[in-house]
Amino acid sequence: MDLTMLMYLVPSLVMFGCGIFGFITHKNMISMLISLELMLNSTDINFAVFNRYLFPGQLDGMFFTLFAIAIAAAETAVAIAIIINVYRIAKNVDINQITKLKF
Amino acid sequence: MESVGNIILYFIIAIAIIVFSVLTVTTKRILRSATYLLFVLLSTAVVYFQMGYEFLGSTQIAVYAGGIVVLFVFAIMLTHKPGKDAEPLTRHKRVLGAVAAVAAVAVCGCALFSYADFCSKKLTEVPSLDMATIGHWLLSTDKFGFLLPFEAVSILLLACIIGGLVVARRR
Repeated sequence: MDLTMLMYLVPSLVMFGCGIFGFITHKNMISMLISLELMLNSTDINFAVFNRYLFPGQLDGMFFTLFAIAIAAAETAVAIAIIINVYRIAKNVDINQITKLKF
Repeated sequence: MESVGNIILYFIIAIAIIVFSVLTVTTKRILRSATYLLFVLLSTAVVYFQMGYEFLGSTQIAVYAGGIVVLFVFAIMLTHKPGKDAEPLTRHKRVLGAVAAVAAVAVCGCALFSYADFCSKKLTEVPSLDMATIGHWLLSTDKFGFLLPFEAVSILLLACIIGGLVVARRR
């Protein structure tokens, strides 16, 4: 039995579906951010898998994943700073309660 | 032909990824959700190790599992009372989310399985990737070098540090 490309793409696809589900259903900002991380992570797996199986001699997919990880870290840090600021002002991180831009 | 250990490892991480992804979005406690996310990220790192990208796997563990999840735990602790369950999802939202997720998975799954021969490629042996090669490509100015994105990411991280401080500071 061999490990084919499909066998890595299917878990990644399920991970992406879970991310979509969580992003739409949750109202908590941090839960939404966690779902976003799931989606980003599944695309990272796809980059690495496509690189390794289709172009084993090259490294472009690997570097794309590397940069995607760095950008995801930056994005999460800024998003969490915004969430903490919103919590300090509104005492809430529920997107249904936060309806005013300026307090 | 893969070794038996590799195939067993594959099935363990595939099941772990699927189960923990589902648990991440369905659990009621948000702290547990962050913990399950940690397990998903660690399983992803094992995928990278299996591909032969050791540097990528260690980056995944160091940045995601070591940095982002800790950041999530801090944010959850700062904004939530411990032990309190999240509000139950409304039925309307749950149906909408399930429909969107199933539709996306179905479309992508159809696309995947319609390219079955393309997707059944086997892993070919390549010489293992050493750190010198990665460093050379990261700092090379050749046609396929990555110096410009490398520097751009460093500026992005600096901007992100300053932005995070400015946004979250107490006025």
